[in-house]
Amino acid sequence: MSLTVQDISVVKAFWAKIASRSDDIGAEAFGRMLTVYPQTKTYFSHWADLSPGSASVKKHAKVIMGAIADAVAKIEDLPAALSQLSELHASKLRVDPANFKILAHNIIVTVAMLFPADFTPEVHVSLDKFLQNLAWCLAERYR
Amino acid sequence: MVEWTDFERATIQNIFSKLDYESVGHNALGRCLVVYPWTQRYFGKFGNLYNAAAIMGNPMVAAHGAVVLHGLDRAVKNMDDIKATYAELSVLHSEKLHVDPDNFRLLADCLTIVVAAKLGASFTADVQAAFQKFLAVVASALRRQYH
Repeated sequence: MSLTVQDISVVKAFWAKIASRSDDIGAEAFGRMLTVYPQTKTYFSHWADLSPGSASVKKHAKVIMGAIADAVAKIEDLPAALSQLSELHASKLRVDPANFKILAHNIIVTVAMLFPADFTPEVHVSLDKFLQNLAWCLAERYR
Repeated sequence: MVEWTDFERATIQNIFSKLDYESVGHNALGRCLVVYPWTQRYFGKFGNLYNAAAIMGNPMVAAHGAVVLHGLDRAVKNMDDIKATYAELSVLHSEKLHVDPDNFRLLADCLTIVVAAKLGASFTADVQAAFQKFLAVVASALRRQYH
C-alpha cells in the first residue's frame, strides 16, 4: 500500500501543523502504549520508572518523534531513510514488528485527541499509510 | 466469563452515556470505509463510496453507523453476558453477512479514534484501556459462532 503523491503532501502538511507539539504527542502516545498494551513494557524492563509521565518515557518519546519527523522529511525514499534504524532494530533491539503497529495506533489516537478538527478521514488514511510504511521499512532488515 | 473492574464498568457506562450514537456511528463507520477501503466490499448496495467526501456524505453509511452503535448498546447494557447477548448477531455476521472477523478490529480502532477525538483529554490512557477491552470482548463474542 505505497504512498501516493496525495499521501505525501497530506502527511507533510499535517506534520508541519503538529510539529510544535511533537514532544507532547510523543510522550502521550508512548505513555498510552505502555498503559493500554502492557506487553510493550517488556522492552523497557531496564528502566526504573515506566509510568506515563516519567523522565525515561518522555526522553525516549522524543527520540522516536525525532526519527518520525526525519522520516517525514525523507518521505520520498523511506527505505533509504530508515535503513540504519532498521539495522539497529533487527540486530540489537529486536522489537517484534507487531509493536510498530501498536505504537502507530496510539500516535493516531493521540493526534485525534489533540487535533480533532484537523484529523479528518483524509488525513487519517494518509497518516495511517505513512506509519504502516514506516513500520514496514523498520522491519526490512529483520530477516 | 469476563472480569470487569468497577473502574471499567463505570467507564464504559460513562462513555456511552456521553455519545450521540447517530453522529459517532456515522463517523466511525465512515472513517473505517475511508481508512480501510477493502471494508467497502460489504456495502455494495450503498451507492457512491467513491471518495472520502462521498463516503462521509452518504446517508446509508450514516444510517448503518447508527445501527452499529445501537447494536453496541446491547453489550453496554449486558456487560456480564456479552457472549449470549451477541449469539444471534454472531451467526448473522458469519452465516449471512460473511464478514471477515478481522474487520471488527478495524471498526473498533476507528471507533476508539472517533471517541478519543470527541472526549479529548478526558479520554485518558486508563479510559482508553477500558474502552478497547470492551470492544475486544464484543469482537470476540461476534466471532464466536464462526466455524
